[in-house]
Amino acid sequence: MSMKYMPHMEQLDHSMMDELLAEVNAVDFTAFTEHDVRHALDQEYLSFSDFAALLSPAALPMLEIIAQKAQVETRKRFGNTICLFTPLYIANHCANHCIYCGFNCHNDIQRGQLTFDEIEREFRAIAETGLKDILILTGEHRAKSSVEYIAEACRLARKFFTSVGIEVYPMNSDEYALLHEAGVDFVSVYQETYNPETYDVKHLAGPKKVFPYRFYSQERALMGGMRGVGFGALLGLDDFRKDAYATGLHAFYIQKKYPSAEISFSCPRLRPIVNDASINPRDVHEPQLLQVMCAYRLLMPYAGVNISTRERDVFRDNVIKICATRISAGVKTGVGGHEEEEKGDAQFVISDERSVDDVVDAINARGLQAAMTDYVFV
Amino acid sequence: MKNEIKKDLLTLGSHTFSSRFILGSGKYSLDLINAAVEEAGAQIITLALRRANVGGLANILDYIPKGVTLLPNTSGARTAEEAVRIARLARECGCGDFVKIEVIHDAKYLLPDNYETTKATEVLAKEGFVVLPYMYPDLNAARDMVNAGAAAIMPLGAPIGTNKGLVTKEFIKILIDEIDLPIIVDAGIGKPSQACEAMEMGVDAIMANTAIATAGDIPAMAKAFRMAIEAGRGAYNSGLGRVLDRGAAASSPLTGFLTDSGE
Repeated sequence: MSMKYMPHMEQLDHSMMDELLAEVNAVDFTAFTEHDVRHALDQEYLSFSDFAALLSPAALPMLEIIAQKAQVETRKRFGNTICLFTPLYIANHCANHCIYCGFNCHNDIQRGQLTFDEIEREFRAIAETGLKDILILTGEHRAKSSVEYIAEACRLARKFFTSVGIEVYPMNSDEYALLHEAGVDFVSVYQETYNPETYDVKHLAGPKKVFPYRFYSQERALMGGMRGVGFGALLGLDDFRKDAYATGLHAFYIQKKYPSAEISFSCPRLRPIVNDASINPRDVHEPQLLQVMCAYRLLMPYAGVNISTRERDVFRDNVIKICATRISAGVKTGVGGHEEEEKGDAQFVISDERSVDDVVDAINARGLQAAMTDYVFV
Repeated sequence: MKNEIKKDLLTLGSHTFSSRFILGSGKYSLDLINAAVEEAGAQIITLALRRANVGGLANILDYIPKGVTLLPNTSGARTAEEAVRIARLARECGCGDFVKIEVIHDAKYLLPDNYETTKATEVLAKEGFVVLPYMYPDLNAARDMVNAGAAAIMPLGAPIGTNKGLVTKEFIKILIDEIDLPIIVDAGIGKPSQACEAMEMGVDAIMANTAIATAGDIPAMAKAFRMAIEAGRGAYNSGLGRVLDRGAAASSPLTGFLTDSGE
């Protein structure tokens, strides 16, 4: 893994990362028994060991009772509300060579970037579906998708949406502050894998290679004034239990250091990409994925859990009853595509192409309440 | 007094209410709000401005029955300044002059910040709001909020959403004794029996949301809460009988030997 920062990268003290990696190294998931899982389920607040027990193979046969407890906790904190959002990719240029990602710089795909007029038209089309929560995405290309370009897109987004989040490349705290000024309050950066060796072989080139810079993104975002930060490991890249464990600890440490931070988890599994249909989440099947989501819920009952269109409709419609609190709808993973032809190819292939109305109906049909907004920008 | 029915009203600022049950509107289906309000007999309903989807689908304001007083809250505020901004926004949106101040910068336990809450109370009371501060039950902070112009004090019974009941009971009793404004227990009330207990103690009103929103039958639970709150209030007004800690009272008093003329 590369620890060597590139010249533009802001560097924070490494003690949190060192502590986390040591914790993750020390955990042995085979050591847990049914008794440990039951003990974890009896706790109001989980220890890291309880959290590990819930992620262990011993917990899988107990998924039903884990899900039931997760449901109780979710309803206590969030009531019956399920929030909707949609992602908009405004560019797919990328300087990284991540071997599992459709946007990687060596993948022969159509590249594109929306102009501000096109972005505004996309926003308008999305807003007409009733959505109020938008997630703006780019690839990692500081030259083609500059901070100022992203900031301008976010300023436009504020005209149409109450909540603006970004899932773009990691930045310095002053750049996050600039984006916060532009109306952004939520930043998601996924570490993909917390195993430094695996990280190194999955990310062959580009700024993303600098593991610690990515690791400290959430902290820099909060230093820049953001309200909330999202965490996630790309399940299937490495030992998913260790990666899920590390993701939970990462969020926990950040929450402890920044008590007002709103925490959310995303739980992406590997998906096939353009030019490589063979990519798959390996041993992370739906039961394992649900196990991870429930473990996040029980470790941090107050954290948001997102469910994306990487998963099929049946799975999505059921996990909102159990632990997920925010669901995407009307999704396109190419560049643009809501109003006009897609200008660039997609990052990955989606599994649920339903419209916003269809997803709202699915939520309501389950006795839950679809909410377009749960946030006020102040 | 014989044929006169004594009215037992809750006074908040210059407004009076016969219901002592403040109902939350978040966390459950909008379609059920009407039935819940009716069964609860509620005259005040809270509203998180961050949920008020102004101009979008399913605007929560459209679902709130006419004649019910809106109590917008500043949920989402982390500082006094943010609470003030949200309160002003609520008034601009036509939510009226009531505001429940919530200032929370702890995303884990969701405990209110009394200091920031007091600051926001002062600003908003001066601007003519009927200010109901949600607070951690601390007597000194409550006095500060009274001085800052609060219309009532809303101490938490337990952390929001936990349904744990009156875990701060002893401290709420102190507020009841010392604070002249209405005391409204907000947060933590999980069961009608807990609401009843609080009312028996002398609390002026109950605010509940999660306990109703997560019930199997929301309107039926709203009704159960109403009955419990009315029962508790009735008991308080009647003057509760003595409850002895242990044993019985001696029928021969210990001080029976004393006489006025003895010496």
